[in-house]
Amino acid sequence: MVRLKNAFMRCYLAFILLFLYAPIFVLIVLSFNDSRSRVTWGGFTLKWYGRLFSSRQILEALETTLLLGLASAAAATVIGTLGAVGIQAMRKRGYQIVMSVTNIPILNADIVTGIALMLWFVRLIPLGFGSVLVAHITFNIPYVILSVMPKLKSLNLSIYEAARDLGAGSVYAFFHIVLPQIGSGILAGFFMALTMSMDDFVITYFTKGAGVNTLSTMIYGEIRKGIKPEMYALSTLLFAVIFVILLAFNALSGKGKNTEDVIERSR
Amino acid sequence: MEMNEKERDILELRNISKSFDGKKVLDDLSLSIGRNEFITLLGPSGCGKSTTLRIIGGFVRPDEGAVFFDGKDITDLASEKRNVNTVFQKYSLFPHMNVEENIAFGLKLKKKSKAYIQDKIRYALKLVNLEGYEKRNTTALSGGQQQRIAIARAIVNEPEILLLDEPLGALDLKLRHDMQQELIRIKKEVGITFIYVTHDQEEALTMSDKIVVMNRGIIQQMGTSKSIYDEPQNAFVADFIGESNIVDGVMPQDRVVEIFGVKIPCVDEGFAEREAVDVVIRPEDLEIRPEGDGFFNGQVVSVLFKGAYYEIKVRTEGCEWVSQSVTAPEVGTRVGLYVLPDNIQIMHKPKSEDAEMIKE
Repeated sequence: MVRLKNAFMRCYLAFILLFLYAPIFVLIVLSFNDSRSRVTWGGFTLKWYGRLFSSRQILEALETTLLLGLASAAAATVIGTLGAVGIQAMRKRGYQIVMSVTNIPILNADIVTGIALMLWFVRLIPLGFGSVLVAHITFNIPYVILSVMPKLKSLNLSIYEAARDLGAGSVYAFFHIVLPQIGSGILAGFFMALTMSMDDFVITYFTKGAGVNTLSTMIYGEIRKGIKPEMYALSTLLFAVIFVILLAFNALSGKGKNTEDVIERSR
Repeated sequence: MEMNEKERDILELRNISKSFDGKKVLDDLSLSIGRNEFITLLGPSGCGKSTTLRIIGGFVRPDEGAVFFDGKDITDLASEKRNVNTVFQKYSLFPHMNVEENIAFGLKLKKKSKAYIQDKIRYALKLVNLEGYEKRNTTALSGGQQQRIAIARAIVNEPEILLLDEPLGALDLKLRHDMQQELIRIKKEVGITFIYVTHDQEEALTMSDKIVVMNRGIIQQMGTSKSIYDEPQNAFVADFIGESNIVDGVMPQDRVVEIFGVKIPCVDEGFAEREAVDVVIRPEDLEIRPEGDGFFNGQVVSVLFKGAYYEIKVRTEGCEWVSQSVTAPEVGTRVGLYVLPDNIQIMHKPKSEDAEMIKE
């Protein structure tokens, strides 16, 4: 009976994984398929990858995506970290209010955020790379705050006071004592923001204006004209990059936990 | 003029008040601390002792009043600019630095030479009995060792006052006793003022030159260990410092107190006629005698062996008394209770609000 139950549980898990990953797996296989057809295997090839890297349009979109991701993640990391430090110092009531407000952009539907930002930008700045960058920074900040906050909470505040007590000014104490303790949270927040930025389609689509394309908006535009195998190759690469970032992210937050455990055990 | 320099108190708190979220934590507190004193702020949690220490350290700004260091007003001076260092309750070593880097932190900020810093580290580690620990990781040290490093880290800066905020609170009993002796030795060696905060009355009595008993943001009594133990000024102090029998009495005349209708000789005088008073008798001063030989007669209800003595509870009409003795009567026997006139403390009844805080 128990064996049957176990077998059922394993099958169930296998099905979940299958439904989640089979489409991606098919996509990856198709990106190496020498035939343009989606149903016949024409042999292994890397030619789609080759075409991918010789297309100016795709390379430009890739450059925009990376630049946008890195710049927005970096800006959001600085703003979000400073924000988290400020929020942490608030009294209980202010803390709760600001944290709820912080969560709104995460819970809000992308399309609402996208249209709202577009309406706002149309009046203020020309739509283009700048407006997309501001939009990405905006939706990235909450993710940084959320990943820095737990680190700040577990920080023994008296080590900051100890640094001040020993003669450090507030800025020196922050960079030399607090920052090393919350560094893994900040880095995790940066990677989270980077992933979110590269992953975004809806908000980018509404705020980019003409002429600017990220990979996601470009793929969307291309697919309307008919699916090219280069797009399989591009999607495969995107998947691989985000997969690696997520692994790094998990490794980092995992490592953070371990050091806390060590401290906890030594008490 | 030179005499003045020597006699002037190193630290003075003048009329300090502080509230947190509308709750008054310190109420018009004034306190002077002399050079080279070991002074302990003692009281239950929430009595304002830690806040007082944090005001001296510069981590909390008082709402009213001023802090004077060596005659100069330092109320608005940032903590890093005060010649005061703190040993925190939770060790608060920097976890990403080793022992040596922790101790050197303050000296590097003061731009001391490498050789000077090395000398200081060696001296400080020797002072706290942790020679050879320079390269150790702080997170791998035991609680007691971490606290020693925290003391070393503070001492190397040569502060004129060392603030200690319940530094032994997280240690077990045996280690705590060892560290108390260590602290007394370190205090003697470095010869600076120690301001120590604790809720442990035994710790305070063991270590301090002077004890400041606090409750509800007000100083209840200040004095040497002996004077506070022997002559508590109110029932709160008597109750908080050591164990006590505190009972209601009246003063029919000078040098006589009446408890439960029995007139007992004492040494106190100057009370109003038939004034209601609190009577304090320490357990070790309450003698157990044969029935009829003391002031009260009662029955032994329990005997507990406490190592060096027995703790004996005797129920008399109207009250249960605690006595300490090296010999123990059988449970259930009838005995008499006697106390020498010298060993009775008579205290004015506190006002109604103060009466509440004793019960808490």
